Amino acid sequence: MKRWPSLTLFTVILFALWLLLNDSLAPGQLLLGLMLTVAITASTAAIRPLRAHPHHLLTALGLFFVVLIDIIRSNIAVAGIILGPAKRRFNSAFMKIPLDLRDPYGLAALACIITATPGTVWAGLSPDGGTLTIHVLDLQDEEAWVRIIKQRYERRLMEIFE
Amino acid sequence: MTDGVIPFWVDLLGSLLLISGSLLTLIGSLGLLRLPNLFARMHGITLGNTLGLGCVLLTSILIASIHAERFVFQEVLITLFMISTSPVTTILLMRSGIYRRRMDADRKTAGHQDSSNPG
Repeated sequence: MKRWPSLTLFTVILFALWLLLNDSLAPGQLLLGLMLTVAITASTAAIRPLRAHPHHLLTALGLFFVVLIDIIRSNIAVAGIILGPAKRRFNSAFMKIPLDLRDPYGLAALACIITATPGTVWAGLSPDGGTLTIHVLDLQDEEAWVRIIKQRYERRLMEIFE
Repeated sequence: MTDGVIPFWVDLLGSLLLISGSLLTLIGSLGLLRLPNLFARMHGITLGNTLGLGCVLLTSILIASIHAERFVFQEVLITLFMISTSPVTTILLMRSGIYRRRMDADRKTAGHQDSSNPG
């Protein structure tokens, strides 16, 4: 029974997407949406090779707000760097971070978070999945970045997906 | 007809959000000029993708909700599609940049007999 949370969550999201796209709550749309989402969920279940097991949806909500605040803060920081003196603009470099997260859906979420936050871009994962390479625009303290990624994102993602 | 009339404070807030969103996008694009290489320039573009777009969408939600006299939030869909698509292209660009740099380095170490060969 472990597969149900993922399937029902997927169905609910698809259903909400359909209603939003049509911008209506008419009975016909509700019925059509329900039929479509159930059919799509059933027919694509076979082509999703791995099932995600997201739990702790409250943690996910917390993570959402953490990421939102980080995106706003780093937007301002990156804007400051671009407009600022040349010394800080020539400070970008690659760096490596040891990872404990192994769930592919968790890693995909981490890739989205890191790339969507200005100032950091995901640059690759080592074949054994243990080391993550990111590119940082203003690299001054590697330790601080490792701490941010591991404490703020990885810990919560492991809680959600593992 | 009461709809279509937009109160002053909404006008003001919407304009402020629009201006800050476009300013952020402009600063991000300015990064293309001011930052030194491909990898650094990719960070600037993200500004317009995230907070720049976010400000414009917030304005859209605000004005549309007042205009239609109900809560309109279909702009959430744009955010959803943006979050799920733009990192993919950014990461692909990053990977291709890394491979190109590696190829250039290989060519340099291979010596001059290969350097006449383009591509």
